[in-house]
Amino acid sequence: MGIAIVVTSGKGGVGKTTTSANVGTGLAISGKSVVLVDADIGLRNLDVVMGLENRIVYDLVDVVQGYCRLKQALIRDKRYENLCLLPAAQTKDKTAVSPDQMKTLVDELKQEFDYVIVDCPAGIEQGFKNAIIGADEAIVVTTPEVSAVRDADRVIGLLEAEEIKEPKLILNRIRPAMVKRGDMMDIDDVLDILAIKLLGVVPDDDSIVVSTNRGEPAVTQNGSKAGQAYRNIVRRIMGENVPLMSLSVPDEGLFGRLKRLLVGER
Amino acid sequence: MDFFLRLFGKEGSSKNIAKERLRLVLVHDRASVSPQVMQSFREEIIGVISKYLDIDTQRMEVDLTNEEDAVALTASIPVRSVRRGL
Ligand SMILES: Nc1ncnc2c1ncn2[C@@H]1O[C@H](COP(=O)(O)OP(=O)(O)OP(=O)(O)O)[C@@H](O)[C@H]1O
Ligand SMILES: [Mg+2]
Repeated sequence: MGIAIVVTSGKGGVGKTTTSANVGTGLAISGKSVVLVDADIGLRNLDVVMGLENRIVYDLVDVVQGYCRLKQALIRDKRYENLCLLPAAQTKDKTAVSPDQMKTLVDELKQEFDYVIVDCPAGIEQGFKNAIIGADEAIVVTTPEVSAVRDADRVIGLLEAEEIKEPKLILNRIRPAMVKRGDMMDIDDVLDILAIKLLGVVPDDDSIVVSTNRGEPAVTQNGSKAGQAYRNIVRRIMGENVPLMSLSVPDEGLFGRLKRLLVGER
Repeated sequence: MDFFLRLFGKEGSSKNIAKERLRLVLVHDRASVSPQVMQSFREEIIGVISKYLDIDTQRMEVDLTNEEDAVALTASIPVRSVRRGL
């Protein structure tokens, strides 16, 4: 019996889909069988982030409504043979699936796979409820900004009300240079506010954009810092104790500061 | 002045402003609790206080009120009598 993990955030655009793709792929590379479930019905994205968009025939709604069997809708990733994607429907809306149907689906997937990773839509409406209903565990993604952290707090409250115990945090898009000069909240600041366990910190990294362009998650790229962060997160999910990677930046010095102030930021 | 503070790395950091604003907004967000939670909260308060005092639960009022920079728990609990032998 596998474990279902929902990746959620409240606020949109903070990195749920990026996290789902990287964590799922990383687990598969580590030898686990994984299915990625795109629960963002109407706005499917996980397929393009994974580079599997050309292989979709059936989708999640087709399965739930009985138009095809589950096996027919699962897309097997040719690069990592124990990784599958269940794509969201693009033309239907969130009400096409009920929480009960979603629960049944996730339970069925848990029979087949070690990990069921559910990519949640933004918001806290029906789509959110559908995405969390079958989950055993939750990953909450936030960026170190006031609005994202506020929404994360709301979502943590809702998860706890649904008895998804101890959601864990991924702090995404940290910019060490901004943290260093006191213009971005750091890990401790965010943990202090949200009072939740940390699963990992992912730096803001161009390699995420490049890897999304290519449809190959950064976790597979050795030179990528964000990829390294996701590899660490994957090991923590599998129960290893991995220290946080260092994101320190060299001191810019008096001259550097002077230059930044005279020339402007960045 | 501000320029020199920044030059020597003591800039009035915006992260502290962010933290303080978040702290306040979350106090308010978290205080908007559901009626069910408020009800069980009330019942547990009654339970604890009744060990020591005989209170008038009919006229009791418990509320979370929003003030400018904090949330206050205000309770007005009429006491009928103090239990003997405490
Ligand atoms: N660590 C990072 N560094 C740089 N860019 C990032 C990082 N994480 C995410 N992004 C970029 O941010 C954008 C939003 O990411 P993503 O689609 O994963 O967010 P989401 O939470 O799934 O959004 P939605 O709420 O719309 O589903 C993407 O363009 C992605 O490439
Ligand atoms: Mg998404």
